[in-house]
Amino acid sequence: MNYHWNWRIFWEPAPNGTGTYLDMLLSGLVLTIETAICAWIIALVFGSVIGVLRTLPSKTASRIGFGYVEFFRNLPLLVQLFIWFFVLPEILPRSWGLWLKQMPNAPFYTAAIGIGLFMSARVAEQTRAGINSLPRGQKLAATALGLTTAQAYRYVLLPMAFRIIMPPLTSEFLSTIKNTSVAITIGLIELTGEARAMQEFSFQVFEAFTAATVLYLLVNIVVVTAMRLLERAIAVPGYITGK
Amino acid sequence: MIEISHVDKWYGGFQALKDCTTSVAKGEVVVVCGPSGSGKSTLIKCVNALEPFQSGQIILDGIKVNDPKTDLPKLRARVGMVFQHFELFPHLKIIENLCLAQEKVLGRSHDEAMAKGAKLLDRVGLKEQARKYPAELSGGQQQRVAIARALAMDPIAMMFDEPTSALDPEMISEVLDVMVDLAREGMTMMVVTHEMGFASKVAHRVIFMDKGEIVEDARKTDFFGSPRSDRAQKFLSKILSH
Amino acid sequence: MFASFDFDVIGRSLGYLFFDGMTFTLTLTGLAALGGLIFGTLLALMRLSGLKLLGWIAGLYVDLMRSLPLVLVIFWFYFLVPYIGQWLTGSSRPIRVGAFTSSLVTFVMFEAAYFSEIMRAGIQSISKGQPMAAQALGLTYSQTMRYVVLPQAFRNMLPVLLTQTIVLFQDTSLVYVLSIPDFLGAASKVAQRDGRLVEMYLFAAAVYFAISCVASFGVRRLQARIAYVH
Repeated sequence: MNYHWNWRIFWEPAPNGTGTYLDMLLSGLVLTIETAICAWIIALVFGSVIGVLRTLPSKTASRIGFGYVEFFRNLPLLVQLFIWFFVLPEILPRSWGLWLKQMPNAPFYTAAIGIGLFMSARVAEQTRAGINSLPRGQKLAATALGLTTAQAYRYVLLPMAFRIIMPPLTSEFLSTIKNTSVAITIGLIELTGEARAMQEFSFQVFEAFTAATVLYLLVNIVVVTAMRLLERAIAVPGYITGK
Repeated sequence: MIEISHVDKWYGGFQALKDCTTSVAKGEVVVVCGPSGSGKSTLIKCVNALEPFQSGQIILDGIKVNDPKTDLPKLRARVGMVFQHFELFPHLKIIENLCLAQEKVLGRSHDEAMAKGAKLLDRVGLKEQARKYPAELSGGQQQRVAIARALAMDPIAMMFDEPTSALDPEMISEVLDVMVDLAREGMTMMVVTHEMGFASKVAHRVIFMDKGEIVEDARKTDFFGSPRSDRAQKFLSKILSH
Repeated sequence: MFASFDFDVIGRSLGYLFFDGMTFTLTLTGLAALGGLIFGTLLALMRLSGLKLLGWIAGLYVDLMRSLPLVLVIFWFYFLVPYIGQWLTGSSRPIRVGAFTSSLVTFVMFEAAYFSEIMRAGIQSISKGQPMAAQALGLTYSQTMRYVVLPQAFRNMLPVLLTQTIVLFQDTSLVYVLSIPDFLGAASKVAQRDGRLVEMYLFAAAVYFAISCVASFGVRRLQARIAYVH
């Protein structure tokens, strides 16, 4: 291969004046993590609510939940981001649209909300699966003790359902982190974006992408390890989680 | 105490209960038996509205169960229910299983609930297990906890839905012993079970159901002496033959 | 609100959107699914073969692919494929590779990792009693796999594979980052040329939504039928 490797490139100053190329990649990593955490909070909140809706006996509730999940699952994430970023400000009343367009950090907010909603449909499906995997008698027993439906979910069904779906939720969180890179299309310069910028400035394609790859792998390892510890901490004795 | 009159229930096109009428007086112990799929579990689940029914009515201690104005959580809190598969809450310690509904439904203080829970655990002989989780107990122990959990709500009546049929044979008697004590103390009970020994020991009446109908509703001595229907005779000979 | 919109722009560009854009998207989806399935089967067999080294290599590959964002993988292969081509053909310079080939290689390599995990899970979902029962009847290992394990496993994993293919169909839109005119890329080109972002992006969304909806409805029907046969 007649490619000119130069691993020392990371310690050379980047032309955008923010420090070395390594600093550039690390600031991208920070942005990736910030966006992913915001998106994940949105995904968890909306996903749990919608997932619960889908398990209620009410036909209307489960239909709303179904429609929500189908909407966010059947559109490519990239298209969803374009709609939030390019289309929404145009179809809102003029003053709102203007406010959206002038908002600082618009790519960050769009990415966090757009990716959050996209992931919430998946979290909803996991939540629903977790609740449905519990024996039907659990809900009956809670009801028989006089707990209201809300109390039954709060104290009996959800604590167990979330323990059961911890492993799939871990991989959904990893997907959220990976999906932040789609936001480079609306101008969010996160880790992949910074690697791409480094490649354009320095022509050291493979060094840039290798570094990004290593950073993504590190993030994965940290998240997986942390979630294992969390799983162990909240495990119910005598129960094998992930059952 | 419990008045069941002309109750019909359908699951889609399948009629699970056909014109069921019976009653349970205060302090009475009624055993409900019959082949599987005969509607016996469904009947006792209708009593605290865990299963809705389409026509007829059930009156529990003067309150109409199928009245839309009835506060169901409050009503259910007054009827204890014990399930075939125990249905303890696996993420809560034994004592927490006993406290949850006392605090959230009855509004008792934590200390009060703990004291009551400890007393009842002692009563079912499981005081030492209070800090364990359900999965760490044997089936028989779990079912005794489930009975204690229901009793913690100070119920006016207890429903048992095949409380021993998911148990290994050697654990059945420890659960039945608790139930016998309860019956002798004058608790109003409806018990779905195939344990005819239990029925002949403490039941006042036996209800035999088949295909959603109450085929026989008789005093214990009459039922075991000479069941009037063929179906009950056949059923008895099958479950008593070994 | 919609009065100022020019939905005519869609009509004018339908030919370009579908004959160029959608053809690219669907061909890429189809070929990548096929290639991913073949390479994915190979990876799954490597992992289940019991040969430590083979399993380790396949596992490493699958974990690596699944840890990386697709956008980064698209960039990787876009720059790497010319060098791989050079190495394969023995040419003296990195060879020129078209946008389609580059995307196809990317998606085959990427999807193979996901497909292989689905297949591995499908095979492992068959209870251990099944191969034991087959072998107790005197069937050989390959007969056991051929007549007992694989038919059941395939039935379990077919809906999941198809669902993953719908995800793949949606993911192909990410070739946008290479400015390749797939369906979304084509819509975006028209949108920017005519200054009609709202109309074009809403139309693109409607088309993606319709196709994905119909496809996932089909998968659910299939799943229900399979469940019924069980």
